[in-house]
Amino acid sequence: MSAAKQPTPAAGEITYLEAIREALFEEMARDEQVFCLGEDIGAFGGAFKVTEGLLARFGEQRVIDSPISEIALVGAAAGASHMGMRPVVEMQFIDFLANAYDMLTNYVATARYRAFLPCPMVVRGPSGGYVRGGPFHSQNPEAGFLHTPGLKIVYPATAADAKGLMKAAIRDDDCVLFFEHKYLYRRVKDVMPAGDHVVPIGQARIAREGTDVSIITYASTVWKSLEAAEQLAAEGISVEVLDLRSLAPMDDEAIFRTVKKTNRLLIVHEDTRTGGIAGEITARVSETCFEWLDAPILRVTAADIPLPYAPPLEDYVLPQTSDIVRAVRRLAAY
Amino acid sequence: MARTGTRTGTRTGTRTGTRTTPAIPARPSDALTRAQKLELYYWMRLTRQLEERLVNLYRQTKVVGGLFRSLGQEADAVGSCFALEQRDVMSPLIRNLGAMLVKGATPVEVLKQYMARGDSPTRGRELNIHFGDIGEAGATRGFLGQISPLGDMVPVMAGVTLSFKMRGEDRVGLVYVGDGATSTGAFHEGINFAAVQKCPLVVVVENNGYAYSTPTHKQTAAKQFIDKAIGYGVPGLQADGNDVLAVYDVTKQAVDHARAGHGVTLVELITYRRKGHAEHDNQSYVPPGEIERWAAENDPLDRYLVVLREQLGATEAEIGAIHDRVQREIDEATDEAERSGPPEPLDALRGVYADPPQEQPLWFRREAAGDAYGAERPEGWGTWNAAEKPA
Repeated sequence: MSAAKQPTPAAGEITYLEAIREALFEEMARDEQVFCLGEDIGAFGGAFKVTEGLLARFGEQRVIDSPISEIALVGAAAGASHMGMRPVVEMQFIDFLANAYDMLTNYVATARYRAFLPCPMVVRGPSGGYVRGGPFHSQNPEAGFLHTPGLKIVYPATAADAKGLMKAAIRDDDCVLFFEHKYLYRRVKDVMPAGDHVVPIGQARIAREGTDVSIITYASTVWKSLEAAEQLAAEGISVEVLDLRSLAPMDDEAIFRTVKKTNRLLIVHEDTRTGGIAGEITARVSETCFEWLDAPILRVTAADIPLPYAPPLEDYVLPQTSDIVRAVRRLAAY
Repeated sequence: MARTGTRTGTRTGTRTGTRTTPAIPARPSDALTRAQKLELYYWMRLTRQLEERLVNLYRQTKVVGGLFRSLGQEADAVGSCFALEQRDVMSPLIRNLGAMLVKGATPVEVLKQYMARGDSPTRGRELNIHFGDIGEAGATRGFLGQISPLGDMVPVMAGVTLSFKMRGEDRVGLVYVGDGATSTGAFHEGINFAAVQKCPLVVVVENNGYAYSTPTHKQTAAKQFIDKAIGYGVPGLQADGNDVLAVYDVTKQAVDHARAGHGVTLVELITYRRKGHAEHDNQSYVPPGEIERWAAENDPLDRYLVVLREQLGATEAEIGAIHDRVQREIDEATDEAERSGPPEPLDALRGVYADPPQEQPLWFRREAAGDAYGAERPEGWGTWNAAEKPA
């Protein structure tokens, strides 16, 4: 991954993880209704240390170490958010979001629509693979929640977006699921833009301009796509990479714009293939940009397999840069 | 297991886990005024009569969905909610129409909900008594719309009351669950979380003998639900749920305990569900004679009328005036509900999110799309209805 090969950090750069922490600090200082809730987030600072230092700064009233109770965490956050608080819940690993599936989909997602109850809350946590985490510390469950009306979903790829989207998520008046890629936590860095850096939810970002083939992707595979684009440039294939950043709402206009520009589309995600987000993007492009396409829409995704632990197995199941290169070559040659 | 229909004594025995419940010098209900005691009867009578009106409307097919009764349970809902202040927040369950009325829900709202009217509290989005009103702090009726997955409101109310604690507000929460909901993970996680956080929350378990068709002994091996309080380290209080004053007494103790900053109490109210889960349920699983025995020997309204007449000296004129008032209010509410119409279909697209405030209409829902629509191929072809796309 190109992120791992970046040169020595420039002055003022902070990591993706530090960027999230900085956003939490700034938002808690700005608005006293913001508080954090989760397992081992206080005294220990969280399993990945995202919340380190929050307890010392804001006290245990606003940085709450909870029982191991994902249903209660999400439910209590919803209740507090109805009353005007802005809770930020940590899932120790995003895989455990499944434990709160009922509370998120039946309660939180429907609250505004069925009962006019606001749910300004964030559920955040370390997601994704490439870290030898095995089946329960590597998942990307975003597609299941994309299917549920009433939830917003963001999944940043860069440190600057991680901070800006976290601030936007905390300020949003609806529930935002904030996926953090744990492989990127300490591997990607940025100098934070000055001032109150907020990245609006629902806006994609061109990560690399190109003219021959578009890659639409998000999170870890943005970096693999950029690495592939670099290799393909040497072969004379110009690749445009669109980083979605937000999955719900999705930036349809940015998607249609890049497709109409290059007329060839590859969708890449780390999540499994069947029922994945690539299928949804394919349908939207097909319904709206059919006449602009010069080739079938292709997908590079994980195989439909629970993520295994051993390096040769994990590497085989998850999408790799060489897979993306191969798929783009096929599209360019069509 | 046949259930006895003769629970007449007031059972206010306390079970204290690791804590002691403060001694109560007198029954809290002794402090209620004569007017308040008559008001308790008004709320119970209103609950029963409103449900009977709903049965009529259901048979006339004016109720769109199912009908859920609380016949025989009016005292537990009314007596417990009567222990709350207006600034407190309550989360009802399906047998708690009485509690909602006490907290400010109106008969016309309930009727419009059941009849799926466009100006019902949820604008036709939700069923029956699944509605609420929490609005701004201190200026509201303070009840929360329930959802069908059972036990879920316990964690939510843990969060509502956590916010009271965090802001130092003098407010208490009360959440109702049935005997069945105590078997869910959400119940366990919610009451445990609230107990650890010392949230000002009262958890009321309405033990009415059945969860749908499942009797209590198939729901739990615990002998009684207050036994669970010990495991959560909170006080457990139990009362005869068909004795409205006994219900008020234990709930008021629990509410005062929460208001004083001592945290959660689990209250078990023992009652009996005389109707089925919903109106369609023929109760074939109930042992013969059980329902009739409870109706004859342990009806909460009949029992309270005896108290009103013999202990309060209520006159027939006073009781008759309550009956007349209830009848008039329900008739007026029915007339008003019948005058309102169904929701506009396009309202279905509004309010999933704060931003955007409206979802985009699907193109195949366009009225009179015609051939020209396809021929023009506008920008949103095939996905959204570009012509009607909201700004």
